[in-house]
Amino acid sequence: MAQSSDNNSLMAQAAKEALVAAAVSFGLFILYVGIETYQDINNALVWRTRWGLLAVFVVIAAVSRFLVVGFIKPHLDKRKRDKAKAGIPEVSDGKNFFQRNFLKIALIGLLIYPPLSVMLAGTQGSLKYVDNFGIQILIYVMLAWGLNIVVGLAGLLDLGYVAFYAVGAYSYALLSQQFGLSFWVLLPLSGILAAFWGVILGFPVLRLRGDYLAIVTLAFGEIIRLVLINWTAVTKGTFGISGIPKASFFGIWSFDVGAANNFTKAWGLSMSSAYYKIFLFYLILALCMLTAYVTIKLRRMPIGRAWEALREDEIACRSLGINTVTTKLTAFAIGAMIGGFAGAFFATRQGFVSPESFVFLESAVILAIVVLGGMGSLTGIAIAAIVMVGGTELLREMEFLKHVFGPDFTPELYRMLLFGLAMIVVMVFKPRGFVGSREPTAFLKERKAVAGSFTKEGHG
Amino acid sequence: MTPGTNTMNNNDTILKVEHLSMRFGGLMAIDDFSFEARRGNITALIGPNGAGKTTVFNCITGFYKPTMGMITLKQRDGDHYLLERLRDFEITKIAKVSRTFQNIRLFSGLTVLENLLVAQHNALMKASGYTILGLLGMPAYTKASAAAIDKAKYWLDKANLTERADDPAGDLPYGGQRRLEIARAMCTGPELLCLDEPAAGLNPRESAALNTLLHSIRDDGASILLIEHDMSVVMEISDHVVVLEYGQKISDGTPDHVKNDPKVIAAYLGVEDDEVEQIEEQLDEGRI
Ligand SMILES: Nc1ncnc2c1ncn2[C@@H]1O[C@H](COP(=O)(O)OP(=O)(O)O)[C@@H](O)[C@H]1O
Ligand SMILES: [Mg+2]
Repeated sequence: MAQSSDNNSLMAQAAKEALVAAAVSFGLFILYVGIETYQDINNALVWRTRWGLLAVFVVIAAVSRFLVVGFIKPHLDKRKRDKAKAGIPEVSDGKNFFQRNFLKIALIGLLIYPPLSVMLAGTQGSLKYVDNFGIQILIYVMLAWGLNIVVGLAGLLDLGYVAFYAVGAYSYALLSQQFGLSFWVLLPLSGILAAFWGVILGFPVLRLRGDYLAIVTLAFGEIIRLVLINWTAVTKGTFGISGIPKASFFGIWSFDVGAANNFTKAWGLSMSSAYYKIFLFYLILALCMLTAYVTIKLRRMPIGRAWEALREDEIACRSLGINTVTTKLTAFAIGAMIGGFAGAFFATRQGFVSPESFVFLESAVILAIVVLGGMGSLTGIAIAAIVMVGGTELLREMEFLKHVFGPDFTPELYRMLLFGLAMIVVMVFKPRGFVGSREPTAFLKERKAVAGSFTKEGHG
Repeated sequence: MTPGTNTMNNNDTILKVEHLSMRFGGLMAIDDFSFEARRGNITALIGPNGAGKTTVFNCITGFYKPTMGMITLKQRDGDHYLLERLRDFEITKIAKVSRTFQNIRLFSGLTVLENLLVAQHNALMKASGYTILGLLGMPAYTKASAAAIDKAKYWLDKANLTERADDPAGDLPYGGQRRLEIARAMCTGPELLCLDEPAAGLNPRESAALNTLLHSIRDDGASILLIEHDMSVVMEISDHVVVLEYGQKISDGTPDHVKNDPKVIAAYLGVEDDEVEQIEEQLDEGRI
C-alpha cells in the first residue's frame, strides 16, 4: 500500500519535472532551433520556422527528464543503499572463469584477430578491420599506457604528451630519409630522443605543481608543433614529410613493392597492402605488450612504488628520503619514451607526417582515455581506448545515418560531442573510471584491491 | 639540577640546535632558540599552540630554511652533518633523521605494507641497481626485497598492525594511522626520529599502545625528539623536556625540573587550554 502511494507520488513528481524540462527546453531552443535564418538567391536574409524539429527537442528533454526522475535515479539510489547495507566494497571477489582469465582471452583474441578478419572479409576487405580499427586503437592504447605512467601512476598532469609522439614520429621520418637508417635502428633511437626531450623539458618544469605544471606542459606541446610548422628547412612545415620508408620484417623481407625480397613475392601471395597492415598490427601489438610489461614490472620496483607514493603525497615522499625531482623525471622520461616509440610506429604506418597530427586535441584525447579508463589501470585504459577510438571509427561507418539526417550529415563530425557525452556519463556513474580500484604491488597474506575512494589523483 | 648541567656533556649529543631563528614576514616564529638532544633519550619539545614547535621541526628536517642558526647532527659513527645545508630528502637519506607530521601524511591509496616498502626506497633502489638490475631479476634484488618485507613485518608487529597489512592505509582507524606513520618513519632506518604530536587525538587505549611503541623504538637504539601538547604523556615517557613559548625557550631540563619551573607553570602546566589565556590575561594585568 505504502509502496504504491510512494510510486504514485514519484510518478507525479517525475511528470512535473518533465513539464518543467519541456518548458525550459522550449524557451532555450525556440530561437536556436525553432527559427532558422538563411540567405535566399538575392542574398537577402530570410527566416523560416522548424516547429517539427523544435517539438522533437522538447519531447526528448521532457521524456529524458521523466525517465531520469521516475526510474533511473530511484534505481541508482536503491543500488547505493543496498551496497551500503551489505557493506560490500567496490570490488567483489566472486569472479567467474571469464573474469579470471580476461587478459589471456583478450590476448588470444588479439592474436587471431587479423587472420579472422582476412577469413571473414577477404584479403582486401580485412584492411578496414586491421588498419582502421586494430592498428588505430592499439596506437592509442600504447599512447594512453605511456601517459598513464606520468598521469596515472606519478600523478603529474601532462597536457602536452603529444609532443613526445611528435618527436618520435619526426625522428623516424627525418633520420630515415637523411641517413637511410632502418626502422629497427630508429625505433629505439626515436624512443631515446623523445625521452631525452622529456628530461630536457622535465628538468625546469617539474618543480612546478598542479595547474602550473599542466599549463607549462600544454605550452611545450604547442611549442613543438609550432617549431615543426615553422622550421621549414628541416621539417617542410605544414606540407609535412612524405615517402617515409616502410618497416621491414626484421630486415628479412621488405614490404616495398619493387624490392627483390618482397614479402608477398617471397611467399607467393597476391599483391596486397593487407599483409603489410597485418604485419604492422602485430608490430604495434608487440609494442603495446612491451609497454604493459614494462609498466607492470616497474610498478613492483622501488621506482614504481615511489611514483605512486608521489601521487599520494609528495611531502611525505620527501620526508622518507625520496628524491622527488629524479623520481618525477624518470616517470616523465619513460612516458615520453613510450610516446616516442608510438610516434616512430605512426610515421612508418602513415608514410607521411605533418604537424596536423600533433595538435592539442590529440593530447586531450589521450588524457581522456587515461581518465576514463581509471588512472593507473591498464585494463581500464585499454577498454576506454577501444570504446573511444573504436567508437569514432564506427561513426565513420554509419552511412545509413545519411538516409535519416540527409546527405550532408557527416557522423564523424559529431565525434567530439559523443566523446564529451561519454565522458560525462562515465564520470557520473564511475567517477574513478572504468576500473577504479588499484592492485597492490606487494602483499603479506592476500592481494586485496584498493578501492578507488582511497587513492588520490596527485597534485599536478 | 640546573638546565645546563646534563647538556654540557657533548659526547652523546645527537642533535644540537644553536641560535635558531625563523622569520615569516614580520613574524619571528622562532627567536634565537638553542637546545640539545641526547642519544638514546626521548626528548620532548612542549609549548602552547602556536609556540613554534612544528616550525622547529620543519627547520630540523629541511622543510624550511632557517633564517639563522646552526643545526648539527652527530651520527653514531661520529660523522657530523649540518642539517640546514642539506635538502629535505637528504636529511632522511644521508643524515638519518626521519619525521612524522602533525596532520598525518600517509599514502592512503597504498596498502599498509606498501607504505612501509616505500620508506625503504633508497636501500631498495640501490639493491635494484637503480631499477636496471631489478628489471633483469637479479638475485641480489630478490634478496633485498625479501629483506625489505622482513623489516616491514618487524615494524608491523611492533606497531600492532600485522592484521591490517594488506588493507589500504586510508582505511585504518586514527590510532592505527598514527602508529603506521611512525613505523613508516622507522623503516627509513633513522638515528633520530622526530614525532609531531603523535598522541594528539588518541583515546587512552591508543595512547597506551603508542607509548609502548615509542619505548620499543628507543630500546631499539633510535633517539626520539617529540612534540607534545598533552603534558601527562610527556611527563610519563620523556627523559628531557624543552619548553617553548612564542618562539623562545622558557625552560629546559628533566620532567621534574620543568614541572616545577614557575615560568612553565604560569604559561602552561596544570591549566586547561582556555585557562591558559585567562592566566595570561591576568599576567598582563599584573594580577598574578
Ligand atoms: N609557513 C608559514 N608561514 C607563515 N607563518 C607560519 C608558517 N608556519 C608557521 N607559521 C607561524 O609560526 C607560528 C608557529 O607555528 P607552529 O610552529 O605551527 O606552532 P606549534 O606547532 O607550536 O603549534 C604560528 O604563529 C604560525 O602561524
Ligand atoms: Mg604544531
